[in-house]
Amino acid sequence: MESQSFEEAFAQLEATVAALQDGQIPLERALRYYQEGMELARYCNELLQKAELSVQQLRVDGNGALSLDPLDL
Amino acid sequence: MASMHPFFASDSLDTSAMLSVSAVSLYLKELLETNDTLQNIWVHGEVSNCRTYPSGHCYFTLKEGDAQLLCVFFQRARLRSSAPELSDGMAVAINGRISFYERDGKLQCYVEVVKPLGTGALFQRFEQLKARLAAEGLFAAERKRPLPAQPTVIGIVTSLQAAALRDMLRVLRTRYPLGQVILSPALVQGAEAPASIAAALDLLNEHGEAEVVIVGRGGGSIEELWAFNDEVVARAIARSRIPVISGIGHETDYTIADFVADQRASTPTAAATAAVPNIDDWRTDVQTVQRAMQDMMKQRLHSLHEQLGRSERELERASPLKLVEHRRRRLDDMAERLQTQMGHMLSLQGERLHGLAMRLHSLSPLLTIARGYSIVRREDDQTIVTHVQQVQPGDRLTIQVQDGSIPVEVRSEISSENR
Repeated sequence: MESQSFEEAFAQLEATVAALQDGQIPLERALRYYQEGMELARYCNELLQKAELSVQQLRVDGNGALSLDPLDL
Repeated sequence: MASMHPFFASDSLDTSAMLSVSAVSLYLKELLETNDTLQNIWVHGEVSNCRTYPSGHCYFTLKEGDAQLLCVFFQRARLRSSAPELSDGMAVAINGRISFYERDGKLQCYVEVVKPLGTGALFQRFEQLKARLAAEGLFAAERKRPLPAQPTVIGIVTSLQAAALRDMLRVLRTRYPLGQVILSPALVQGAEAPASIAAALDLLNEHGEAEVVIVGRGGGSIEELWAFNDEVVARAIARSRIPVISGIGHETDYTIADFVADQRASTPTAAATAAVPNIDDWRTDVQTVQRAMQDMMKQRLHSLHEQLGRSERELERASPLKLVEHRRRRLDDMAERLQTQMGHMLSLQGERLHGLAMRLHSLSPLLTIARGYSIVRREDDQTIVTHVQQVQPGDRLTIQVQDGSIPVEVRSEISSENR
């Protein structure tokens, strides 16, 4: 989970909730889904908390090659 | 033989009686240059076919209706008059002199002063380009592409120095710190701006990572924003494979770039806002899902609990204890009925007893005693004395009368009537 993007983690969270919605699954499995879901939600929240915008400048050199340089603004 | 027309009989024609081309030209030139009206004239019209050469000389045609006048604006005159940059479609008034240019055989105006006809001139040019591009379909709604809902990489075309860039980055940092910005710097003002903007946008397309591009510039005068009304910029936006959001000037400013862009935002800040989702919404989404999950689990546990309760009640209903309880209640009922019945019987018997007592009373010996009879008992064993043989002298007796007993002692021998 630790390398997942927010979108991936959130999609998985939604899938987990959908699975949980099925009232027919055994309680034990439902509890496991629940735990997984809560873990995913925590991870998503953490990603949103820690995120920092990256800013780069696009440059083109004499040969027409493109490069990205970090830009501190 | 018919004689030939002298003009065709070139051999026999005397050119000395004719004017040379240069002579005519000179004649025309003199004619025009000696006319006071034509030597200091103001003409208004629309600039077209305007070309400026490296020499700094500018050539254009002044048009109005179906007529046109060739114009030359020499660098010397341009510098002196601080004229605006001329371009096609501008409405201007020019002041100059009209003469004949022998080399090209053209009548033309040597311009000394150019005055734009207010902002109306710019507006007219704007309207013309707008109409032309609209006719071409560049602004058509079906050309507009949807913006990605969750772009990871956001391209920005603007000046590195612009406050607009800081504004946009501030918005992106707040709303969407998950994003990645690729800046493609451009000049956003002046003669080179249109080409610079177009090149910067093309570069982002070539690089290809940005999922959405903001083309932005902060507020300014209409002239300062003019680069965004340039066809070169419009074409670059139209050919961009990446969806473009324009954020140019203030709310009231509309540029050609705005019309071509996939989405127009009123300002650079608004463009940055439109480009990305709000991370706060995501926070809310996560919370919503989290809560839904908790509710679901709670619901599940609650319903299991209820089921258990129902089963318990059913079990209770089926239990033998129930029967015992039932029977106990019946027993109680019966006991109660028995008691009531008994009470009845007892009171009935009581009444009967009372009646008997009354009868008994009427037969009591006490009544006889009251009439003067008495009962004599031996004191020792309380036996009633009915015969003389029952007593000896010295025996103690009690005589019971109506209101008590009298103790007596037998004194002498007993006389028997039967003796």
